[in-house]
Amino acid sequence: MMPEIEELYQEVILDHSRRPRNFGELPDAAVRVHGDNPACGDEIHLAVKFDLRGGLEDIKFSGRGCAISQASASLMTMKLKGKSRAEVMEMLRAFHDLVTGETSAAPKALGDLRVMSGVRKFPLRVKCAMLAWRAVEQALEQGAGEATVSTEPD
Amino acid sequence: MCVADYDVHKTASTIDWNAIREDFPILRERAHGHPLIYFDSAATSQKPRPVIEALRNFYEHDNANVHRGLHTLSSRATEAYENARQRVAEYIGAANANEIIFTRGTTESINLVSQAWGGKFIREGDVILLTIMEHHSNLVPWQLLAERTGARLRFVPVRDDGTLDLEELSSLLTPEVKLFAFTHISNSLGTINPVAELCAKARAVGAVTLVDAAQSVGHMPLDVRELGCDFLAFSGHKMCGPTGIGVLYGRAEILDSMPPWHGGGEMIVSVTPERSSFKKPPHRFEGGTPSVADAIGLAAAIDYIEQIGRQAIFEHDSQLAHYAAERINELPGTRVFGPEDERGALVGFVMDGVHPHDLTTFADQYGLAMRGGHHCNQPLMRRFGVAGTTRASFYFYNTMEEIDRMVGILHRALRFFSPTEERSRLAAVTSAKAAVHPLS
Repeated sequence: MMPEIEELYQEVILDHSRRPRNFGELPDAAVRVHGDNPACGDEIHLAVKFDLRGGLEDIKFSGRGCAISQASASLMTMKLKGKSRAEVMEMLRAFHDLVTGETSAAPKALGDLRVMSGVRKFPLRVKCAMLAWRAVEQALEQGAGEATVSTEPD
Repeated sequence: MCVADYDVHKTASTIDWNAIREDFPILRERAHGHPLIYFDSAATSQKPRPVIEALRNFYEHDNANVHRGLHTLSSRATEAYENARQRVAEYIGAANANEIIFTRGTTESINLVSQAWGGKFIREGDVILLTIMEHHSNLVPWQLLAERTGARLRFVPVRDDGTLDLEELSSLLTPEVKLFAFTHISNSLGTINPVAELCAKARAVGAVTLVDAAQSVGHMPLDVRELGCDFLAFSGHKMCGPTGIGVLYGRAEILDSMPPWHGGGEMIVSVTPERSSFKKPPHRFEGGTPSVADAIGLAAAIDYIEQIGRQAIFEHDSQLAHYAAERINELPGTRVFGPEDERGALVGFVMDGVHPHDLTTFADQYGLAMRGGHHCNQPLMRRFGVAGTTRASFYFYNTMEEIDRMVGILHRALRFFSPTEERSRLAAVTSAKAAVHPLS
């Protein structure tokens, strides 16, 4: 087996893609974002509930997609639950740098998310990894109600 | 090995298909350390040496602009360009070379019709009839036209087996239908539509017909007068020709009735500051400097294909597609789309638990080039309840042995992506099959 493909699809990623965590509905969500990747038809429905200080009290997702997008969403929701708005934004930047290969050393703060670093060898799959993150970015920007976001700029 | 060694009208069984591979330099490439298995010819075909040489030869010896220079090179270039038009006309059975318009490809050909013909003849309340299996290039131009004119779009549904619902067609073909535009071969199901029958039915209600021949014109015998269509659109690059060149065939009478669409040089008779008069078809529709070299390259591709023989190519491609469909169907948890009996040179499928993009990324690591996604067929994907499929598409330079290797790679992918508890079961199945079809 090629190292690159094993690096991309690490066991943790395959596990999260098969049994995504925080998968489902969030009835009392403050904001719901529908994200899609028009290039492949993958989609995510992200629901976020904020705490009193605007941090992420709860976050869930549903939808369908490739192993990379599903695992990325699952890992992301685990990581972001309970984080402040500033922490989320910082994490978003760090994660983007991780999967696009803009930093060679992945920040420790990313924790489990570092298993996604194999994506950098597959530039065509960066959008898959970023889909859930684009949705959470939109959720923070929006604050309430419903929104849509796409991996393709308008 | 040069293809000129073959006789015309040979059948698939008498041709040395492995020797033909030698004409395609790119097939010697490797990807990730493995021999390339190119199963993406429905997206674009590879190019044989005679086509590459025709391009080179033009740029090295004849390059000039066409129809205007009076010098030696310009007359050579003009002659070669117009000869290419004649060659295309013969290839598709058009009555006259003036019925052949060079475009950038199928998409531009269809846009030409939607703008020049549609702009003049489509009115509010008219119906444009399409099918749900159309490529976006035979859908979006009509959506734009419908928005501009107030016309309505209607769609012929597809049955579960991937064929058009012809009963439904009869009730959809009303006198309000002004145009029926449909594909010859579906680019994701492989369905071969009964074009002559569809054209006859459309003609009976006075509708104009447009056939998207992108997936058929390089793969099977085709004659526009036998099909009875008014328009036929295709691309050069899916039939061994260069990118950037395509064709719109239009019946002379209907082309004569159409106004220009792109204004510019080359398409006018005379110009004053206020107004212009325009050339007759086909030049009326070819404003600006055309893709001269690519048109000549397309003619070389036609020569190449005809030397092998389109009937032989069709038989060979069909054998590949049927064999691939059969082998993929044997894999656990797979679903193959499209008709079982007759199919074009492709197989679209999904595998339980393996997303098409993961599968194509995985396959690429073994040198296998396939396409995963919606294949510019979003409404059709929705019809079958999937976001996308994986597509293996073939051409005459592919072999049965490559399909066996593909099946080995698909087995590996299944094992790689399936949950741990399933793996031991799959491993047993796979090793038994690998003994029959080793992954080389």
